Amino acid sequence: MASALINVPAKAGRGDVIEIKTLMSHIMESGFRRTAAGEIVPRDIITSFTCRYNGTEIFRADLFPAISANPFISFFTVAKESGKLEFEWVGDNGFASTASASITVE
Amino acid sequence: MKTMRSKSPTSRRKFLGLAGSAAVAGAMPVVTLRPLEATPAMLTAAIRNVVGEAPVRAGKVKLDIPPLVENGNTVPMTVSVASPMTANEYVKSIHVFNEKNPQPNIGNFHIGPWAGRAQVSTRIRLADSQKVVAIARLSDDSFWSASADVIVTLAACTEEVN
Amino acid sequence: MIPLRAIAAAALLAAVPALLAAEIPADQRRSGYSFMGPDSKAMQDDDTSNPGMLFVLDGEALWNQKLGSAGKACADCHGDARESMKGVAARYPAFDKGLGRPVTIEQRINLELAQREGAPPLAYESRDLLALAAFVANQSRGMPITAGDDPELKPFVEKGRALFMQREGQLNLACANCHDDNWDRRLAGSPVTQAHPTGYPLYRLEWQSLGSLERRLRSCITGVRAQGYDYGAPELVALELFLMSRARGMKMETPAVRP
Repeated sequence: MASALINVPAKAGRGDVIEIKTLMSHIMESGFRRTAAGEIVPRDIITSFTCRYNGTEIFRADLFPAISANPFISFFTVAKESGKLEFEWVGDNGFASTASASITVE
Repeated sequence: MKTMRSKSPTSRRKFLGLAGSAAVAGAMPVVTLRPLEATPAMLTAAIRNVVGEAPVRAGKVKLDIPPLVENGNTVPMTVSVASPMTANEYVKSIHVFNEKNPQPNIGNFHIGPWAGRAQVSTRIRLADSQKVVAIARLSDDSFWSASADVIVTLAACTEEVN
Repeated sequence: MIPLRAIAAAALLAAVPALLAAEIPADQRRSGYSFMGPDSKAMQDDDTSNPGMLFVLDGEALWNQKLGSAGKACADCHGDARESMKGVAARYPAFDKGLGRPVTIEQRINLELAQREGAPPLAYESRDLLALAAFVANQSRGMPITAGDDPELKPFVEKGRALFMQREGQLNLACANCHDDNWDRRLAGSPVTQAHPTGYPLYRLEWQSLGSLERRLRSCITGVRAQGYDYGAPELVALELFLMSRARGMKMETPAVRP
């Protein structure tokens, strides 16, 4: 049940620098914890996060176990045209999740 | 604020490491011993991996991280780089490292002139009081860095098996 | 793992023979929010950066999902939670006439699942139960707490108060020793709050997850090295009821963020 929270301004002026905030539900199990029996709890993290703006990649992050659970990532982009922002999270054990948001640029 | 000065630095680090790992326990019956202690050599190697033989200069990068965190499991961090972000002069990527977690890497962030502002925020885990280092690669393939010392305390009532 | 500093503090507090617990005057009550640093406050304030909201979203999905043998969703009877659940969590734990005792929101959800939907109860502290509880409690955000007003709850509030005042555990500490007498001082570097449960279920940075008040109480009870109570135990419900009635009038913040 992976939910994501995205914060993208619905409208922006052409050329404005806008902030995009993302929050994804994920345990980000570091792979360094052990159970009471002494066994390692296997690593289960999101390894990569990408954002595409009308198909073009504008941001990419490589994530490591040091990123907290429910990863919050915020970054900036220049609002150049109206369209769609697509977000993709990929991780261990075949984890893959996407989200999208629209933006109107005038 | 006072830290626990009564123990020697090495045993204090181990104590905090054990206690800090136990604090991460949470909902699972997890008891931890930190398997590997990260060393300054690992940090240097991780930086070399990104930077190669190029010199890394201090400057241009600002690392915003609370000097005393409320909880090492979730530490808000913002890295920003002073750059005009034009087609000719921009930041290609930002790489963040730490000194004492089991692994030296925290995250790599790839941007470009289209970003408008070279600034990334996220939340990280810090296993102990330590140094965090951020390195930016500019469009001319030069490297700039900033570092911050962070003190990590423990939550007062750490959980056992939930 | 109890830091030396806490043991020293406990020894000092334990040395005081009589319980000097003085209730916090109503106008001096402060939410745990006010003890946090600016970064944690910012995390709670923005719904798109508050990890607790991820659980609220999950709860909303569950609210609309058909569960159990009756094939009904919460929404089928309760409609839009924004209307029907407004103010509900602010008056919980509430008296259940059938059981003759107070129940928490989590227990109420499980009772409804069993009685109305023919669904098995959700496990305490499971993601689904927390998500539903967070979604329901979020509908009371900003509203003043009214729990404990029902006269039928009086004996249970008193029981909760007695538990709050009673020294327990190897460290021989009562909740009141820290939370009534020493709030705003520090324990192992962290500020001691007044222990008002205004934001539960909340996202605790320590847990990196949403959790219930019962989970937090069990941590504290373990912290003083006392025998813990099971989830749903009448003692934990009485404590929750007392703590909510002690916070009467303060505003709900669910889902809060706390270190």
